[in-house]
Amino acid sequence: MTSAIPARTTTASSGEPGPRLDAANEKTNGKTRKAPKQYSDRARAERRLGWILAGPAFIIMLLVTLYPILQALYESLFRFRLTAPSEREFIGLGNYAVILSDPVWWSDLWTTVLITIVTVAVELVLGFALALVMHKALKSVRGLLRTAILVPYGIITVVSAFAWFYAFDISSGYVNSWFSWLPGIDEDLNWFAQGPTALFVIMASEIWKTTPFISLLLLAGLAQVPDELSEAAKVDGATWWEQMRKVIIPNMKAAIMVAVLFRALDAFRIFDNVFIMTNGAYGTEVLSLLAYRQSISRLEIGLGSAVSVLLFLCVLLICFVAIKLFKVDLAGSQGGK
Amino acid sequence: MPTSRRTRSARSRPKAAVLAGVLMSTLAMSGCGPAQADNGLTWYINPDAGGQAAIAQKCSEESGGRYSIETSLLPSDAASQREQLARRLAAGDTSLDIMSLDPPFIPELAEPGFLAPVPEELAESASENVVEGALAGATWKDELVTVPFWANTQILWYRKSVAEAAGLDMTKPVTWDQIMEAAKSQEKALGVQGAQAESMTVWVNALVESAGGSIIVDPEATADTIELGLDSEAGAEAARVISTIGKDGLGGPGLPTQDENGSLIAFQGDSGSFMVNYPFVWPATTAAVEAGTLDQEVLDDLGWGIFPRMTEDQESAPPLGGINLGVGAESDNPELAYEAIECIVAVENQSEYFVTNGNPPSNTEAYEDPRIEESFPMAETIRDSLQLAAPRPQTPFYNEVSTGIQQTWAPPAAVDPESTPGSSSTFITSVLRGEQLL
Repeated sequence: MTSAIPARTTTASSGEPGPRLDAANEKTNGKTRKAPKQYSDRARAERRLGWILAGPAFIIMLLVTLYPILQALYESLFRFRLTAPSEREFIGLGNYAVILSDPVWWSDLWTTVLITIVTVAVELVLGFALALVMHKALKSVRGLLRTAILVPYGIITVVSAFAWFYAFDISSGYVNSWFSWLPGIDEDLNWFAQGPTALFVIMASEIWKTTPFISLLLLAGLAQVPDELSEAAKVDGATWWEQMRKVIIPNMKAAIMVAVLFRALDAFRIFDNVFIMTNGAYGTEVLSLLAYRQSISRLEIGLGSAVSVLLFLCVLLICFVAIKLFKVDLAGSQGGK
Repeated sequence: MPTSRRTRSARSRPKAAVLAGVLMSTLAMSGCGPAQADNGLTWYINPDAGGQAAIAQKCSEESGGRYSIETSLLPSDAASQREQLARRLAAGDTSLDIMSLDPPFIPELAEPGFLAPVPEELAESASENVVEGALAGATWKDELVTVPFWANTQILWYRKSVAEAAGLDMTKPVTWDQIMEAAKSQEKALGVQGAQAESMTVWVNALVESAGGSIIVDPEATADTIELGLDSEAGAEAARVISTIGKDGLGGPGLPTQDENGSLIAFQGDSGSFMVNYPFVWPATTAAVEAGTLDQEVLDDLGWGIFPRMTEDQESAPPLGGINLGVGAESDNPELAYEAIECIVAVENQSEYFVTNGNPPSNTEAYEDPRIEESFPMAETIRDSLQLAAPRPQTPFYNEVSTGIQQTWAPPAAVDPESTPGSSSTFITSVLRGEQLL
């Protein structure tokens, strides 16, 4: 059984007709790129169409993202306060030195990393379970089930943050009285008065809201696993757990990694939930909030830009690690069928 | 084949250009504000119960077409209001004709010249009969830079039954030690604001000022030279009160996240005893009784007095809040805006605003209105409290000072009278010097 499966997988993935040819073409073209004649007429027309379709979006994206990013890079080299424009002063990497030598940066980084790891891990497990339910559900209830599971994802984050806040709030919340039978929970528990409990609520709200997103990505991955494979495994006498571990999960590795990467990037930039529930009080401050506090509240454009640039670098690092070390194939997940 | 491809792409190019043009113009249009007539004024108001919009309409009508005021709503909390106004002012927004400003943030806007100068005549007439604290809050470097509109202050609210049981004579001013003792002996909770928010700075400032100190020694100093007065006897006394309330659980379990609304809810409950809070407590409580969500008994049991003292023989310095009116330096019509402001702050408008919206006048004359005594039985206490009230530190770096205090003085149980005043001073000064993040 084990030997049969990898063989099937390779044939399945190399069975793509068009793109393979192009890729092979491109490889041989490596040296002679200046000779476009090498492309077939059809390939050239497709390339042009691709640029026409994607071009406007690409240009607008450059305008609205690249320009602010460069501006932030530039501003981060100055000591510049919006309410004292005349005192603007070039200080090189001074802002970065202040930030990186400050324990606040490191504790915020730790909080952010903790939230990212815990939420992504829990969401992956829950999301996988939900994806399986959606995948296996009877056709008649499938639509209703998918809608029900997707509802939290359709709610605006700020709204869901307020809902969770009021549910747990000591003066207006109902969680304390509903769950007072649990050890550690009673009428006098103030969830937002200390870091661990506040982070618990923040992470629970985050998980509740974005698990549907991950389950959707995983559902797409599940749909890609050919039915014949699990059927063959079943015939060979594999248990449910063995089918999962040896057939389904290895075959949807690409989808899982894409889901993890997308969610990790998202989770790392968490803002709304923390802003609404604690505003960073009592050890719940995250990096986005730190950037917000410097540039929006303090109007210290230089310092704030430097925090944002560092946050951007962290996100780039996560991307780099995921793509280079874990070999996430962003294009692979949509290939195949 | 090649010809047909060329014609197709030639046709598609203008289409793409049209599409891009439409997109760009949508982007450009969304950046523009609403068009305005020449005599139109925009008044950026903080959220209220509709009082400012009513005054705007009244004044527009009275002006006989000289100007027409349109209100524009700012975010609900003071910090977000400041963020929006400061950003717009720095960017040179010309629509900032009239702004409702929270006093602590005025120096920050006045220092870089973001506010249009107040005409001399108006400065004189607008300062007459204005309570001292409100006037101080409207001034920067000895010059009136905004016009006082309404003034807010915290008074002591108490449950008569609890005070009686504790044997406190409420006809005389009480001290923090007395109410802490009473709350302890009666096993009730004190209503104070222990959340890591602006209300924490309000509390700390009131305690320090009541003990005879002040948070900033030299308000007009620059960021590098500013000197804080927290690390003093007054600071230590303030820390002792806050830390005792926190450590002995006198504020109830909600204390570390409690703001003004939170303490009102707790005060209306079974554990309510004494509470320092703004006058909105009265309309909120009467409305709750009318709506049937609160027993009439609670309202009958409600008493009020001046903010508690730190020592028996020294008058307290209650918190001061409120709203002043300023004009943006880049406004198209500063003269007209000030003309409108003169109408807005008229005595009868201030009384009307108090009666309908519960926001106390900054002008003492406005308290003469008989309707005020009727709807606010504690109006006299409020006026007396306003005369004693001390503003929060007046400095262009108020945001740093306030956030620094919030981060070091909350939660109350973590405050240590020995070390907190000193460590919070060091923290704030190093933030101001740009050596530390906030």
